[in-house]
Amino acid sequence: MKVSMEVNGRAVSGDIEGRTLLVDFLREGLHLTGTHVGCDTSQCGACTVHVDGAQVKACTIFAAEAEGAKITTIEGVAAPDGTLSTVQQAFQDYHGLQCGFCTPGMVMAATSLLKDNPKPTEAEIRHHLDGNICRCTGYHNIIKAIMAASGQEMPALAAE
Amino acid sequence: MYAFEIERPTTLDAAKAAIADGGQALSGGQTLIPTLKARLADPEKLVSLHNIPELKGISTDGDGRICIKGATVHRAVADGASGYPALASLAARIGDPAVRTRGTIGGSLANNDPSACYPAGVLASGAVIVTDRREIAADDYFLGMFDTALDEGEIIIEVKFPVPQVACYEKFIQPASRFPLVAVFVAKFADGVRVAITGASGEGVFRWTAAEEALSANFTPEALDGIAMDSSPMIADLHGDKAYRAHLCSVMAKRAVKNAK
Ligand SMILES: Cc1cc2nc3c(=O)[nH]c(=O)nc-3n(C[C@H](O)[C@H](O)[C@H](O)COP(=O)(O)OP(=O)(O)OC[C@H]3O[C@@H](n4cnc5c(N)ncnc54)[C@H](O)[C@@H]3O)c2cc1C
Ligand code: FES
Ligand code: FES
Repeated sequence: MKVSMEVNGRAVSGDIEGRTLLVDFLREGLHLTGTHVGCDTSQCGACTVHVDGAQVKACTIFAAEAEGAKITTIEGVAAPDGTLSTVQQAFQDYHGLQCGFCTPGMVMAATSLLKDNPKPTEAEIRHHLDGNICRCTGYHNIIKAIMAASGQEMPALAAE
Repeated sequence: MYAFEIERPTTLDAAKAAIADGGQALSGGQTLIPTLKARLADPEKLVSLHNIPELKGISTDGDGRICIKGATVHRAVADGASGYPALASLAARIGDPAVRTRGTIGGSLANNDPSACYPAGVLASGAVIVTDRREIAADDYFLGMFDTALDEGEIIIEVKFPVPQVACYEKFIQPASRFPLVAVFVAKFADGVRVAITGASGEGVFRWTAAEEALSANFTPEALDGIAMDSSPMIADLHGDKAYRAHLCSVMAKRAVKNAK
């Protein structure tokens, strides 16, 4: 079947099967490999993208269900000239990543949090990241980065 | 995954016809897609309920009940069910933000996972499940693990919740799955208290009638002192044995009574 959608502001279409996941359409159909597949079992959030502005696990939605939708992936977050978004820059500045595998999902989740809640508390950030797993950082620097991206003083985090 | 087709009807009638023609409902896909990936289901056709305006939204009916359409996502209930704060709070704690963006009340109730959140809210509220064929009282709906009163192809259209005087949902989270290890929903109505427990029993959600009687007489956490929970039907797994889950039922019920509002 045919599917059409807007990805990072660009109209795209492709031939898919009913069972094609959105993440496979993005990665294999459009070669947008920034969206990662960590678990493929809906647990890790590495595949997080925005569908019509809302945070979705791209491994847990079919491409056919995104017909007509506006999708934003990690490739669509920086400015066209390559300037990083506030959240991306904060991840760099505060060492919010090590291997970087979880980072696309973390940035998409954090961006969606700050859109709804521009000044979250540390607890709200942690609650929002419930579905995003990082095997490297221990999360502290991710929390710091998101705090900084929201323009807030960094909290005195436990176990630093 | 085995191969299948997807249809995306925009009216309930078209969805009913496609399901009657052998299709399976696809709502948020937050349970069904993992199931398909594990090849535990082999449908020929999925019928998405996501684009049907008649199946979305929250309203209040003439009896003051909060009515939630079957394909309303958890996030919309978290944000929109302000007339029933304990229910909104339940929805706000299901899974994670991405699960709440897609997952729906109808999908959760049709699936009836023995650890799911909504079954506890529905049973403790004495809600009514409206399908394309009939109305089913919560007390008649949950028939055991992954089993419900729904017939083949029957579609959940709406769930109607009577609003209690005070209520609370206390969830002891299993941090890896984010489902409850044990969770208790307590609802106090003018004519008595209802207590529903999820995550604990291998038979799925159930009412704790001994606690209901004690709390109807005296709505305090202390009223539950000395009321034993039979541990024999409890789930035992690597996260907790039967005695641990039975103990949690009492602890979470007391917290729910203390925090009910
Ligand atoms: C990481 C993760 C964490 C989760 N944590 C929790 C949690 O803490 N608590 C919790 O309760 N749940 C949790 N869930 C499950 C989640 O709430 C699902 O959204 C829900 O169980 C199923 O709803 P759905 O809309 O996604 O249904 P789907 O997956 O689309 O469908 C599930 C089943 O219901 C049928 N169905 C769907 N809609 C209808 C309808 N209207 N009428 C009849 N049949 C229908 C389908 O055919 C299918 O058999 C979690 C899921 C994930 C992936
Ligand atoms: S790859 Fe989608 S949640 Fe892990
Ligand atoms: S930086 Fe390696 S998984 Fe998060």
